[in-house]
Amino acid sequence: MEQIQILKEREKQIFEKKDGGAAFDISCETTSLSGSVSQRACVFCGSRVVLYPVADALHLVHGPIGCAAYTWDIRGSVSSGPELHRLSFSTDLQETDVIFGGEKKLYASLIELIEQYQPKAAFIYSTCIIGIIGDDIDAVCRKVAKETSIPVLPVHSEGFKGTKKDGYRAACISLMKLVGTAETNDISPYSINILGEFNLAGEAWIIREYYEKMGIQVVSTMTGDGRVDAVRKAHGATLNVVQCSGSMTSLAKDMEEKYAIPFIRVSYFGIEDMASALYDVAKHFPDRPDIMEKAREIVKSEVERLYPQLQKFKAALSGKKAAIYVGGAFKTFSLIKALRSLGMSVVLAGSQTGNSDDYGNLKEMCDEGTVIVDDSNPVELSKFILEKEADLLIGGVKERPIAFKLGVAFCDHNHERKIPLAGFIGMYNFALEVYQSVMSPVWQFAPRKGGLK
Amino acid sequence: MLLRHTTKEVKVREGLTINPAKTCQPVGALYAALGIHGCLPHSHGSQGCCAYHRSMLTRHYKEPVMAATSSFTEGASVFGGQANLLASIDTIFSVYDPDIIAVHSTCLSETIGDDLQQITKKAADDGKIPEGKHVIYASTPSFVGSHVTGYANMVVGMAEQFAESTGEKKEQVNLIAGWMEPSDMREIKKLSKELGAKIVLFPDTSDVLDAPQTGKHEFYPKGGVTIPELKSTGDSLSSIALGCISAEPAAVALDKKCGVPFETVDMPIGISATDRFIMALSKAASVSVPDEITSERGRLLDAMTDMDQYFYGKKVALFGDPDQVIPLTEFLLDLGMLPLHIVSGTPGKRFEKRMAEILERSPGANFKNGLGADTFLLHQWMKNEPVDLLIGNSYGKYIARDENIPFIRFGFPIVDRIGHSYFPSVGYSGGLRLVEKILGVFMDRQDREAPEEKFELVM
Repeated sequence: MEQIQILKEREKQIFEKKDGGAAFDISCETTSLSGSVSQRACVFCGSRVVLYPVADALHLVHGPIGCAAYTWDIRGSVSSGPELHRLSFSTDLQETDVIFGGEKKLYASLIELIEQYQPKAAFIYSTCIIGIIGDDIDAVCRKVAKETSIPVLPVHSEGFKGTKKDGYRAACISLMKLVGTAETNDISPYSINILGEFNLAGEAWIIREYYEKMGIQVVSTMTGDGRVDAVRKAHGATLNVVQCSGSMTSLAKDMEEKYAIPFIRVSYFGIEDMASALYDVAKHFPDRPDIMEKAREIVKSEVERLYPQLQKFKAALSGKKAAIYVGGAFKTFSLIKALRSLGMSVVLAGSQTGNSDDYGNLKEMCDEGTVIVDDSNPVELSKFILEKEADLLIGGVKERPIAFKLGVAFCDHNHERKIPLAGFIGMYNFALEVYQSVMSPVWQFAPRKGGLK
Repeated sequence: MLLRHTTKEVKVREGLTINPAKTCQPVGALYAALGIHGCLPHSHGSQGCCAYHRSMLTRHYKEPVMAATSSFTEGASVFGGQANLLASIDTIFSVYDPDIIAVHSTCLSETIGDDLQQITKKAADDGKIPEGKHVIYASTPSFVGSHVTGYANMVVGMAEQFAESTGEKKEQVNLIAGWMEPSDMREIKKLSKELGAKIVLFPDTSDVLDAPQTGKHEFYPKGGVTIPELKSTGDSLSSIALGCISAEPAAVALDKKCGVPFETVDMPIGISATDRFIMALSKAASVSVPDEITSERGRLLDAMTDMDQYFYGKKVALFGDPDQVIPLTEFLLDLGMLPLHIVSGTPGKRFEKRMAEILERSPGANFKNGLGADTFLLHQWMKNEPVDLLIGNSYGKYIARDENIPFIRFGFPIVDRIGHSYFPSVGYSGGLRLVEKILGVFMDRQDREAPEEKFELVM
């Protein structure tokens, strides 16, 4: 395998943990270099993924057809009831609209859709071109809200106005407009909102059940299996429990400021983090020791069941090496711990959108020799997977075929997961999926890792 | 009932698309560019466009799809994207080292007025394009046409920006591929070889998007039309465009630039369209049709006659891209079926005209293309007049499930089944595959739902 070159401008976004090596100073939160084969997406993508699971809202994409077409039901955010979010609505702007403006079309589309589908609220996503032609979508939304008496919320997600994280922020701003608009009489003081959990493969249901078993009322999940009415009364909860910190911390901060609701950061991946997620919430209600008691019971019974089941996987996977490249950095922390509990080590860890704190933490957690990357590309990923002799890659849709071409096992820890990976049962599923891919008999036929092995 | 909201009553919608039967131009341009050997497609726009296109193609092909992006920022959208594109060209040649960069525009770069011709010329003038390397471009704003016209525009770019006429004719025929699968392109090459016709097929995504597992991630897989081949198209005897919407514009461009005469045929899907393609190619290359091809045709015909009773009178709804839908509709009619409802999101009069000709044999059929021709409309039509079979891309599965009818995946994207990149739909063997698939879904249904006394072994 010939040496793969790393782009000079990218050197600062790559770090290898070594004894006595250079001081840690990874460059991140920058826009991607023009001309790179980046795995990142845009502002619109960020907003769309956060709001999409609100199942009884209308999601109208204002722009040319592509933005709506590419985001049509591609994430497995499941709903227990309405499924309006799984359809694709677009104003499908044409050349004349770009010249004369798309406001009339937006207005007409909204009126038609709201009449036909009777949604509880509507989210209107601005795409790149709206930011250029200057449609006043706020004004259109206000007008339609008045005429239809439902909340009609603009989402300022023009693709070029920052990174995916700015899209998360725009989504949170829209959600914040809904929060606080309904009565909270029926909410107990022992209550939480689950933020940053998108119910992929039904994960929010698993998490919700744990908390409910502890005697805690879950006011809303944002946005997995989301409902407009639940979001509207989310300000009645006592605590915000934030997962996937990149997407929802800003909403938690806004709610803290406006409604004095504190928040904690949690992760539901892996035994350790899942248990902490329950304990940390229980600690918030010291006057109710029964809640902590219940949390301990849940953890005990789940771990007692899970631990023996994991041993088979651990025996097979011990000593294997993993590479991680996912969207948010917070997820990599949990994954490292989860992989270690299976006896595996991590040789490459990276994310599309981590910040310097995240990478600092990551460096602390990682073993010597681990490569840390921000906003990586397929060339680099391939290079490090081969050099570090990884047996497994954890990533998303664009990374999967790269792993398989290299003859390396793969686990989708992004939105194309087919089974829940969160919760205690999720740890079992994760171990099983990793085991199935790493130990698959197909590898005996496949040249692996550039033909080296 | 995921589509429980779909109403039977068809109302006029004011420019609103629900569940589209198309996507935007750039993804087509990106797909076409992958059919050039050693090419890195480049998306001149926001980062998201490129990520979405790569994801969509990756889901469809289960293959790595490489493309770069100008990564527009707020500054670029105010001051123009020239600096981003020039920097991109530098980055790409120094890091990814392709033979060619194929740039396509997006809604954003078009709206702010970036001129790709001017910027690529500046890149050349400034010495940013290394000796022997190339940058081509196509204008593909998302608010015009569809993914199909985006594909066509990039193929035009290949013809216009590469073809040269040296004054000396080459004994070869240009075959300009409309949007088809790598498996289809492989089949076209196989048929041409059997015919003994010397051809240049472009673009050619076989061995790019159906690459074997080798233990390596080839940034530039071995397939794709080469630059010398593209240059030579200007000296070819003639061109045959396979599809009036996605391929013909490039044939016109070649004729204009290098005086290469052309003929347009439908994409060779089904028996009639394949017959016409074989005739056109044998004429253009002055070769006679060998027994091998006649036998292939005979085997397709044999299956059609053997199983005719199962096809006859069956009603079909279909949606997809115009160059595929046109010959497929004809093939369904040839099989004795009744295509009743047809939509294609791609605009254009050519589709209307061709469909009107073909559907003379199916009175009462509905068809619509362009704005408003989405799968929501198709579903409404189906509710008003039910059909026995639905054919379309993966998004048809919602309708098929709600209406409880057999469904065949055909077109782009197919994200929930494999096969399309391995087995062709074009040519006689492609026809045979379609026959087998259609029969399969009908008979599976019959076996599953027939009452015991009517459950038959021999069918």
